[in-house]
Amino acid sequence: MSAVERPLIYANLRKPGYTIDIDCYIKHGGYEALKKAVAMKPDEVCKEVEISGLRGRGGAGFPTGMKWKFLDRKSGKPCYLVVNADESEPGTFKDRQIIYKDPHQMLEGIAITAWAIQAKQTFIYIRGEFQHGAKILENAIAEAKAKGFLGNNILGSGYSCDVVVHRGGGCYVCGEETGLIESLEGKRGYPRIKPPYFPAVLGVYNCPTIVNNAETMAQVKHVLAFGGAEFAKIGIPGDSGTHIWGVSGLVKRPGLYEIEAGKATFGQLLYDFCGGPLDGRTFKAIIPGGSSTKILKFGERFKGKLPNGQEFDWALEDIPLDSNSIAACGTGLGTGGTIVIDDSVEMIQALSNLNAFYAHETCGQCTPCREGSLWLSRVSKRITTGGGLESDVPLLLDIANQVAGRTICAHGEAVAWPVQSAVPKFKDEYLDSIKRRQKGESVPTLKLI
Amino acid sequence: MSLKPSTLSQADTIIAQYPQKRSATMPLLHLVQEDRGFITQEDMAWVAEKVGVTPMQVLEVVTFYPMFRQQAIGRRHVKVCRTLSCALRGSYALMESLEKSLNCPRGETSADGNFTLEFVECIADCGCGPVVQVDHALHENVAPEKASEFSEQIKNSLKDSNYGKNQPKPGTPEWNG
Repeated sequence: MSAVERPLIYANLRKPGYTIDIDCYIKHGGYEALKKAVAMKPDEVCKEVEISGLRGRGGAGFPTGMKWKFLDRKSGKPCYLVVNADESEPGTFKDRQIIYKDPHQMLEGIAITAWAIQAKQTFIYIRGEFQHGAKILENAIAEAKAKGFLGNNILGSGYSCDVVVHRGGGCYVCGEETGLIESLEGKRGYPRIKPPYFPAVLGVYNCPTIVNNAETMAQVKHVLAFGGAEFAKIGIPGDSGTHIWGVSGLVKRPGLYEIEAGKATFGQLLYDFCGGPLDGRTFKAIIPGGSSTKILKFGERFKGKLPNGQEFDWALEDIPLDSNSIAACGTGLGTGGTIVIDDSVEMIQALSNLNAFYAHETCGQCTPCREGSLWLSRVSKRITTGGGLESDVPLLLDIANQVAGRTICAHGEAVAWPVQSAVPKFKDEYLDSIKRRQKGESVPTLKLI
Repeated sequence: MSLKPSTLSQADTIIAQYPQKRSATMPLLHLVQEDRGFITQEDMAWVAEKVGVTPMQVLEVVTFYPMFRQQAIGRRHVKVCRTLSCALRGSYALMESLEKSLNCPRGETSADGNFTLEFVECIADCGCGPVVQVDHALHENVAPEKASEFSEQIKNSLKDSNYGKNQPKPGTPEWNG
């Protein structure tokens, strides 16, 4: 069966002649879902999102409706909505499209969400590098306010919510929700300890806060447009809606592919949509959902049981593109940012490239992450420059094992997982890389570090 | 204080957007940097006073975020993405070529003051790698083979009196920046 795309989020922005202005958006049915939402009680909107089964699109895949339920309503403090548009997980480039090509879709989702949780104010935390993107959003917000979709007295409901675009400063850890909140408060983006700092209880300004990913906001618009129960029929039980697969690296047609959850496989994504490997090459591995997810190797067999009890025995190409199936193979759907590696790549260089990223981006609060990420980066780099020892391979694993689970935020896992997953799978190749250099033999020409 | 009057006048509007003034720290720092090109101690003291913190607390922020800088840079700021997706598409080879053609080692400013060339981490455009951000513009698919053509384009922009002043059109590097 051949797989097809089902664009939901990207449906309009791909149309020729589609523009970012509000008139174009309204012409394409824009802000009708918001009208539907404000005609409902906020709790009813929350309920629709809950029954839709929508899971957050920022990487962790937490059910959005359940997240909203955690809001501390008893404190009497105002609550805030913070939209995480700090797209910075390597391999991830899906939110950029929404911001630059269809900002109102996201804003409509924001207005619906703000109404549902009765947010006092909304902040869109956008990557500092998205300079023009921030301007596009600011203009779109002004347009939406002028038409009564945002700002004062939204659609005559008596409810008001202002939206402020807040630019970051080029820091990966600010994509972590509590680091983001600190940053939004005008501080260094040091993630906070949970407990007590669960954003839904103690978020921005120590008030209850919902932090949702930018694409999640766009998905919420469609939840309301379809209705929760109808939306839940898109995809598969346990993972509804579409996933945007951002494929990068060594394939013929890198790009963004929006596919109904569970309705295609990695094989179909990489061969049918992306055109397969570059001429004369073969696929070697993928990092399936952003650089922090665990690597999968071609030729591996994945066996086990899905949450519904179904047993499976898959090659990488057979894995269905839904969060449960991918998790069952020992990795994660993450952000859907799939990085493709072929046989021209020396795996130790690929690992060293990512280690350098995490070492650069550690915030430095927790010693295991601060020191561990730097050690991993230096040890893997010294292998690539010819100073590696055979004992460096178990050393990498040993260091990674001392980082994961020992830090305030998930950056520790992000540091450790690429190493913990790659070392067992590519140990022999790493040893070969070390020996080649010791003997002065040639090494692959593609430089990655 | 040599900031433009328009910069100074925007400060209060920005601060008023936030329930707590301190949240305006980063927006004000961006504003200052866009005006002057970098951030001075005097600027930090000004931001501190505006948002009600100590200058040290502003310095903490300036030194945490890679986008903020305390020194002047070249007339063109060339940032090549180094992270895996772009590296797989040749960003290291691209960087080596640009170092030669712009006569500027990575991480430094060229002797003539025209270029600052840097490797940066992922800028979220991985499907079009290698990507290079030059000031306000994001250039996609800058394959290593295109390095000399690309560096000529950057050099030519030095003579363009309208550089950075045009309204961006959809799909252009200026739009994507």
